[in-house]
Amino acid sequence: MIELSELLLLSAVLFVLGVVGFIIRRNILIMFMSVELMLNSAGLVLVAFSNKLGTMDPQVFAVFVIALAAAEAAVGLAIIVALFRGRESVNIDEMRLLKW
Amino acid sequence: MLQTDWNTVFPLLTVATTAGFVLLLAMVGRVGTLRRDIGPAAAVLSVLGLAVSAGMTLWQWFSFPRGFDPDTFSGLLRVDRFAIFFNLLLCAGAVLCILLSSRLTGKLKTFAGEYYALIVLAVFGMMVMVNTTDLVVLLVGLETMSLAVYVLVGIRRHDQRGSEAAAKYFLIGAFASGFLVYGIALTYGIAGSTRMEQIAVALADSGGMPGAGKVALAGLGLVLVGLFFKVSAVPFHMWVPDAYEGAPLPVTTFMAVAVKAAAFAVLARLLVIGFHPLAHHWLPVLWALAVATMTLGNLAAIFQGSIKRMLAYSSIAHAGYLLVALASLSPEPGLAVQQRVLLSLLYYLVVYTLMNVGAFGVLIYLERGGRPMETLEQVRGTGYGYPVLGAAMAVFMFSLAGIPPTGGFMGKFYVFTAAIDRGLVWLAVIGVLNSAVSAYYYLRVTVQMYMRESEKSLPRIPFSIPLALALTVCFLGIFYLGVSPAGLLEAAGRAVEQATGMVILK
Repeated sequence: MIELSELLLLSAVLFVLGVVGFIIRRNILIMFMSVELMLNSAGLVLVAFSNKLGTMDPQVFAVFVIALAAAEAAVGLAIIVALFRGRESVNIDEMRLLKW
Repeated sequence: MLQTDWNTVFPLLTVATTAGFVLLLAMVGRVGTLRRDIGPAAAVLSVLGLAVSAGMTLWQWFSFPRGFDPDTFSGLLRVDRFAIFFNLLLCAGAVLCILLSSRLTGKLKTFAGEYYALIVLAVFGMMVMVNTTDLVVLLVGLETMSLAVYVLVGIRRHDQRGSEAAAKYFLIGAFASGFLVYGIALTYGIAGSTRMEQIAVALADSGGMPGAGKVALAGLGLVLVGLFFKVSAVPFHMWVPDAYEGAPLPVTTFMAVAVKAAAFAVLARLLVIGFHPLAHHWLPVLWALAVATMTLGNLAAIFQGSIKRMLAYSSIAHAGYLLVALASLSPEPGLAVQQRVLLSLLYYLVVYTLMNVGAFGVLIYLERGGRPMETLEQVRGTGYGYPVLGAAMAVFMFSLAGIPPTGGFMGKFYVFTAAIDRGLVWLAVIGVLNSAVSAYYYLRVTVQMYMRESEKSLPRIPFSIPLALALTVCFLGIFYLGVSPAGLLEAAGRAVEQATGMVILK
């Protein structure tokens, strides 16, 4: 039997990995993947609580989160493709048209 | 059992259906020989749909709560007067933005239909957000809105600045929803429910599991960070100037007005109902953020050469004033105190909508032949060239700066009074000082328009009925609210009675 606290710790680690990845990586695609990691860590929390509380509600919620992540990927990748067509790069450091 | 009163959800359904029909129209316009510009038709259809929805919302307002059941879809949706107030504000804001879009969609040509459909879809998402007290539904509404707005920002696909703004806005938006989702998941774990009322009950008696208090605090913090990104509070504001500058002007207006209003509505509900038992923890955070947001927004706005970017920073500053209102919420569960605060928030949001649509509208009107009118140099001398537009811009700038007798003054007056009533005199003083600073950069626009000669002779601007209509509404509205605020105040008062009436008060 896995303890709730262990699952929460694992999800927290995943979440922090996502946040750190988003902040230090410079490739937009990898930054986006880090965001997906954050969303999935939330899914893990929900499933853990589902186990603990003995109800299926959070699992439904987790499916919602997955659907949201899919919708976000559809729109996000389209935006990234449009960006790449214009400048042949997906490096965040090269996005300097707009600043200050 | 699923119980549904269709009268309750009719405004929502109308908006969703309208989006579908506008998309259909866009498709029809692209069929073989029929190939023609469907922009104006799509605009009319969208405005009609939003107007029908607003009409139904008005009916709900006056027949509340006899005509329909406020809690529907097994309590997932809650259409109280607070929600109805925001539904009306959002519909009105979206209609004004659609009126401002006529020139943009003229240039977009093939995407005109999709453009309007996306605006209407975003409004649907916002209405879902404000019509619920359930965190999952809130999240779905928020994402519906955000995804539509990400696309709107990048609607000029071949414009490098547009796609850069869209990418930045999207990345930060997705990052923020990551925080929000994780926070909601943790909060669920503590409360065992996603309903705000039950979360409040669970947080109030934080016995339960060991360590529950800490997890609850983490959940609160993460949810708040997610929402602070959306309302552009410092230090979660860095996407705002870039996204606002890169987006087409009407989209910038929509983001500044409707998106922000919806996000503040959600934040207010969450703080007053769901997380109210933790008020001692979030109040100091709000104080600090309100001060930082006002100050940084105003200071950065001073150094902008582009009016569009200046207005972006100004919208950050205004988010700061709105946070002052929320920061004046009382930790005591009591109706009277909270109502006063929420009242000022609602009043300010209405005024803010009008003056921002006005200011952006004048900039859109001044655009000629695709040449943007965005920097201070470009508007030089336009006050004499176009006297009516110059006068309107001056009024909007006075209102943004908070000079009587405009609505902007009354809005700030109520917000700062609410802070003083709560004993936060220092917060009100910082707010007033910030308003004084902001007068400098708002009035500079007027100075440039009137007191400098234009370098070139100014061409005639073709008259545009939708733009003129939107500007007239904002112009009259600002004076009306500045001179006789009683009507709106009473309406806002009745709206917040409902918002706080449902709180579990002990």
